[in-house]
Formats: sequence, structure tokens, C-alpha cells
Amino acid sequence: MAAAARSQVMSLYRTMLRESAKFPSYNYRNYALRRVRDAFKANRNVEDPKAVERLMEEGRQTLALIQRQDLTVIVPSTLTLKHRVK
Amino acid sequence: MLASGRTVSSRLLRPTAWLPLRLSSERTAASSPQKELIKKHEQDELRPLYMDFQATTPMDPRVLDAMLPYQVNYYGNPHSRTHAYGWESESAMETARKQVADLIGADPREIVFTSGATESNNMAIKGVARFYKAKKRHVITTQTEHKCVLDSCRILESEGFDVTYLPVQKNGLLDLELLEASIRTDTSLVSVMTVNNEIGVKQPIKEIGQICRSKGVFFHTDAAQAVGKIPISISDWKIDLMSISGHKIYGPKGVGALYVRRRPRVRLEPIQNGGGQERGLRSGTVPTPLAVGLGAACSVAQKEMEYDHQRVSMLANRLVQKIMSEIPDVIMNGDPEQRYPGCINLSFAYVEGESLLMALKDVALSSGSACTSASLEPSYVLRAIGADEDLAHSSIRFGIGRFTTEEEVDYTAEKCIEQVRRLREMSPLWEMIQEGIDLKSIKWTQH
Repeated sequence: MAAAARSQVMSLYRTMLRESAKFPSYNYRNYALRRVRDAFKANRNVEDPKAVERLMEEGRQTLALIQRQDLTVIVPSTLTLKHRVK
Repeated sequence: MLASGRTVSSRLLRPTAWLPLRLSSERTAASSPQKELIKKHEQDELRPLYMDFQATTPMDPRVLDAMLPYQVNYYGNPHSRTHAYGWESESAMETARKQVADLIGADPREIVFTSGATESNNMAIKGVARFYKAKKRHVITTQTEHKCVLDSCRILESEGFDVTYLPVQKNGLLDLELLEASIRTDTSLVSVMTVNNEIGVKQPIKEIGQICRSKGVFFHTDAAQAVGKIPISISDWKIDLMSISGHKIYGPKGVGALYVRRRPRVRLEPIQNGGGQERGLRSGTVPTPLAVGLGAACSVAQKEMEYDHQRVSMLANRLVQKIMSEIPDVIMNGDPEQRYPGCINLSFAYVEGESLLMALKDVALSSGSACTSASLEPSYVLRAIGADEDLAHSSIRFGIGRFTTEEEVDYTAEKCIEQVRRLREMSPLWEMIQEGIDLKSIKWTQH
């Protein structure tokens, strides 16, 4: 992989991790971090520039999705304390 | 990085406080109304760990992302043919239909959207039986089916149909020879679930499909717990009807689908009549956002199936290994091989299941299906596999899914080991066992 492409991949990887870490929910956050790491690891040896570009595009779309979704902190207004573990 | 310091008070509140539940420092940049929300959310995070993925699953963020536009701006009725609002909703609905069909290897025209697997099961069982009632008056199912299948069959019985409830073997699997012998010339339908919701066993669907096809009997399977988790092929398995649920596969609640084979054609009498939507099989406006959610959930499941399966198997092994290596007399219910790994049903001998659930109140678990979790009766599924009354009373179902973490599994296992030990120390039965008394030899006072 060309050096320029490589640095682009690394930059996308870091941004995706940074954004995944913003999920307020413990389970979503951990899943997103793990899934991003595993996806990059699984494709670490892809050399074909076309395949790299396709994966990069997929990554950029996922990044946009993470950025849209990781702000969803919604708590039902009807939730009362008695439902929670004391 | 994520586990910034928890306060002492929250550590006391939540026994799982060591889990990195804290928000990352980036959050502090949020605006103040958002801070309020986040604070509220953190309180909300004091809820138990979730280990009940058979009851329902959280929605995947990818699913919500696909649904949101149809909850707000794109609100057209998918059946409106006269304007763009209708067309865009219709196109979204058809894309979703294709996503569902692709996951199971079907044609989109064979997918009918419903309100969930319960409706799909009702539709399939009552629908087929009633349509063919002039010539065929017999239906076969098993004793370990979901309540909605069993109840639909009861209704058919009250309408004069004959229903055979086949027993299952000790491992929870159906005996194929028994099935073959039970099929009569007037049998219209066989209904067997793919993956059991309580004990996780996987029925030999392919073989059952073969038998049914060779005998000219329609075959329905309730695959609510299987779709998206194990590979399914409608044509290889010769399935004629299949029920699918949205909220068991990280999709929205309130939506499901029924696969109805076109060639050879399966006909059913609709339960819900009206505007003739869904080819007249299920009248009523299709809820576009929910259908889109189900489609997205199926498409994500297809992409993630292998990854998820590997992960869930690893976590399930970890949980079982930990528990079994630390405490004796733990029985795993259901066949050890033919199963979906994410549903683990364990019986802890000499411990009462409900007491254990109470003791494990910071982990969301269940002793069986959510529908029957209000009753203290032992599960009918466990009784059907021949579990002794006391073992049926001491069972707990652990559900592992896409969003379960290693930490949660470890915490659950440790907590479980600790509480089983504590409860056994208090149990007179356990004491007798330690003294070498055979419990079966004891004459309990008769009342």
C-alpha cells in the first residue's frame, strides 16, 4: 500500500475509534470500539488499491453513522426510581 | 482511558462499578441541556447487566439510523399510489422486504410483514389448517414449542381439528422416526421451532423438511430465535412457512415477518381482513419505519453473522467453563452439540431458581421465557425434556448477544458461583448430600 494511502487509513482508524468512544451506553461503546478494531485487523493485509478504496468508503460511511448515533442519550421521562437497582 | 474515576457513592450503588461505564472525557464539551441528559443517563446506567438476549435485544445503532428518517420526514403511507410520499415509503418497504428475503434465501414476494413472530405463528398455523380443512384435519407440533404455537393449536382443537403434540427426547430434540410415524393422510401441517427459546437446542430442520416434503405435508418453523444467528436456507431445508421476529435480532419491537412459499404454493386463510395489503394475507398499513428496521436488522445480521457467532460462542464457553469448573452438580439442559451457543440453560441442583434470581438481582436473567416468567411453575419445556421437578425448579437461562462484553460474562459467572455456594450452604438438601444420603430414598411426609 502506498504511504499516502496508509496514512489515510490510519487517520480514519483513529477517528473511528475516537468517535466510537463517545457512545454514552457502555455496551454500544464497547461494541463499536471492538468492531472497528476487528474490522481493520481483518483487512490489514488488503493490498489491491481498488479494494482498499472500497473499504475506505465503507469506513467513511460507518464513521458518519457513528457520529449520527453516538449522541443518542435518551431516557424515558416516565422512568421512576423504583425500577432501578438500589 | 474510558474508566475515569468513579465516585465512591456510585461504587456503593452499583456492585458492577468497576466496569468502565463512565463516559469519556470528550463528553464534557457537550452543551448544558445535553449534560443534564447525560447525568440522567448515568443514573439510568445503574441498572443491572443485561443477560437475557432471548427475551429481547437492544436495537443496533445501525438499525435505528435506518429507521429515523421514516419516523419523521418520510411519513407517507406505503400503500398510497397517488403521490411521492407514498412512493418513497413503498420503495423503502420493498427494499426492506428484499433484505429479509436475502437473509433466508427467499424471494421478496414470499415475505409478509406482520407485528411479530406471535402473529406470524398464529397466521401460519391457523391459516393453513383452516384453508385446507375440507380435506385435512390434523396438525402436528411438539411439546417444547413457544406458547403462541401451542395456544394456536388449542384453538384449532376447539374448532374440531386433531392436534398431535409430539414429545421430545431427553436432549430436547425431536425423534424423526416418531414424526414420520405420526404423519397421517389428513395431516395438513407440521410446526417445529428451529431454535428453542428456553434451552437453545437446534432441531434437525433439514431432515424434518425432507420428511414433510416427501409426505406432501406443509412444514412451518418458528425461527424467531434462529434467523440472523445461524445460517438458514429456505430451499435447502424445504421450509414452507417461517416466522421471523424483529426484536430478537437487534431490530425494533412490534414487527416481524412470515415467509410463505410460492412454489409449490402454500395457501392460507388470513386472520386479519381489510384493505388487502400484503397480497391480502395481512390487511393493515405496513408500518414503514418498523419494516425498514426489520430489513436493516436482517442486513446487519447477514453481514455480522460469522463475526457474532464466533464472539457469542467464545463468551458462552467462557461462562460455562467458569461456572462448571467452580461448582459441582450443574447440569446443562438440552443437547450439548445441536444448539445455538448464545442460549445457555443451566440447572443448579439443590438451589431454588427463583432464590438464585433474587440473589443475582444486579444481573438481568430469567428462569425461562419472558411470557411465563411471572409464574413460579417450573418451565413446561424443561418438564418435556424429562428434567426432574427439582432440577426444573433450579434452572436459569443465560442469554448472550452481540453487545455482551467479557467483563459482563466474568461478573455474571463470579456472582453466580458465589451465590450458588451461599444458597447451598443454607440448604438442608445440600447438607444431606454431603453426608451421603440419597435424596430419592427419603420418605417425605404425605399430606
